[in-house]
Amino acid sequence: MASSSALALGTAGRDTASVKSRGPIITMKGIKGVAARVIPPLVVLAVFMLLWEMLCSSPTAGLPPPSRVVTEAWDVIAHPFYDNGGTDKGLFWHLAASLQRVALGFSLAVIAGVMLGTLVGQSEWAMRGLDPIFQVLRTIPPLAWLPLSLAAFRDGQPSAIFVIFITSIWPIIINTAVGIRNIPQDYRNVSAVIRLNPIEFFWKIMLPSAAPYIFTGLRIGVGLSWLAIVAAEMLIGGVGIGFFIWDAWNSSHISEIIVALVYVGLIGFVLDRLVAGVGSLVTRGTSAA
Amino acid sequence: MAHLTLSQVGISFTRGGKTSEVLREVDLTIAKGEFVSIIGHSGCGKSTVLNIVAGLLKASTGGVLLDGKEVNAPGPDRAVVFQNHSLLPWLTVRENVALAVDKVFRGRKSRAERTEWIEHNLALVNMMHAADKRPPEISGGMKQRVGIARALAMEPKVLLMDEPFGALDALTRAHLQDSIMEIQMRLKNTVIMITHDVDEAVLLSDRIVMMTNGPSATIGEILTVPLKRPRRRLDLVEDATYVHARAAVLEFLYARHAQPAVLAA
Repeated sequence: MASSSALALGTAGRDTASVKSRGPIITMKGIKGVAARVIPPLVVLAVFMLLWEMLCSSPTAGLPPPSRVVTEAWDVIAHPFYDNGGTDKGLFWHLAASLQRVALGFSLAVIAGVMLGTLVGQSEWAMRGLDPIFQVLRTIPPLAWLPLSLAAFRDGQPSAIFVIFITSIWPIIINTAVGIRNIPQDYRNVSAVIRLNPIEFFWKIMLPSAAPYIFTGLRIGVGLSWLAIVAAEMLIGGVGIGFFIWDAWNSSHISEIIVALVYVGLIGFVLDRLVAGVGSLVTRGTSAA
Repeated sequence: MAHLTLSQVGISFTRGGKTSEVLREVDLTIAKGEFVSIIGHSGCGKSTVLNIVAGLLKASTGGVLLDGKEVNAPGPDRAVVFQNHSLLPWLTVRENVALAVDKVFRGRKSRAERTEWIEHNLALVNMMHAADKRPPEISGGMKQRVGIARALAMEPKVLLMDEPFGALDALTRAHLQDSIMEIQMRLKNTVIMITHDVDEAVLLSDRIVMMTNGPSATIGEILTVPLKRPRRRLDLVEDATYVHARAAVLEFLYARHAQPAVLAA
């Protein structure tokens, strides 16, 4: 394997050298690079499916094998956009509803989290007063907030959004505070010499300087909120992927649950990459994607 | 005519109930257009003097007067070239200078005038070719040039330089020293430069302020360098005045005020 790839790399190098000017966009090297990243996970996935198929193909197995998942849940896979009113909708609508709740709750958490984090990072007294409280509150599991928020809001929708908010705010606060505390004294000196006012200092020095830290917090936060929404929706009902899974369980549609889980996983992955990508774009590569 | 006056400046820091005096009774008067270097062993508090003039540190005793007004906060009239350039890495070279220019000249210069002024200052330090690059993409010497451009662009009454060439290699340093001499000749800035390089001090300065060792450091001696400008480093190598001045500084630093820590080591 190693020798063959070395050989191939050697030829690729000679190719580009002979072309000299500008190589083609799709080079052997480029294809190799993509293949090296795509093939291993595909192989592992195939082995996993095969194993799953073998383990679950006996009639007494508790879970359906992948082949049966596809045939049983074909309706759900093939028609994600149907809408028969009420909660009888395609997967797309359930996922869209969940994403909407996450978007709202997470956005509120970003605004409040960055502001509180700035306060805690900037002021010694705010840190002494607030940090111990944050450290206790952040250990409370997301779902433990749900009854309290249902009592307060008397409605499922705002309660779910509140759960997202309260779940994702802590890593945002903590990381922002660390980022603000780590602003180099040099940058503070520069802003003192040119006499930036506090608002200019916040926008022009604090936010960009703390951005890599803030985005670390945002990534953790968005991951946690996606974890929390599925659980919260199982309890509050209505349209949403959590409810879809719970509903499928109640109707013993195990295959549909598996399909839903695949979507939940993929979307969680995309959300994480999305925040990481925005972070890398905003901080121009200084925060690792 | 006194432009900048430090009178009886002293500073003490208190940490954990223990007070240590870093500077005491620093008296210095600088005329307009003068280039003054402050030299001393590391830890003698020479950067502290600069930070007090900049307003970044508050003197415990005494005070600083600039054109008859007391200095008690940082401001663009005392622009600082920081030792480690202190450019903001998320801004381009142009934006780094623009941040200062837009803030300092808002309301006094139009947008077009400010843009032109930014470019003028970048051109002054020969950095127009990299104006749209970010600090991580340029060399250490270039970063320091941008730091100098940013400071000059504020049109400071006094330009403060804190070991501006300390982190650079010898060739780059020589090149930048020549640039600074040339710019200072043209603009007639008043400059205070902190350095620990004897040759740099003699080459650039009108006067060299030599600091005694800390704690409780103060000015040991002030040497006037009576060399004509423009100065060319090659002509000076064997110039009697230059050699004499250099010997005087070396004698102060290594014979009369040798650093105790160095002797012990």
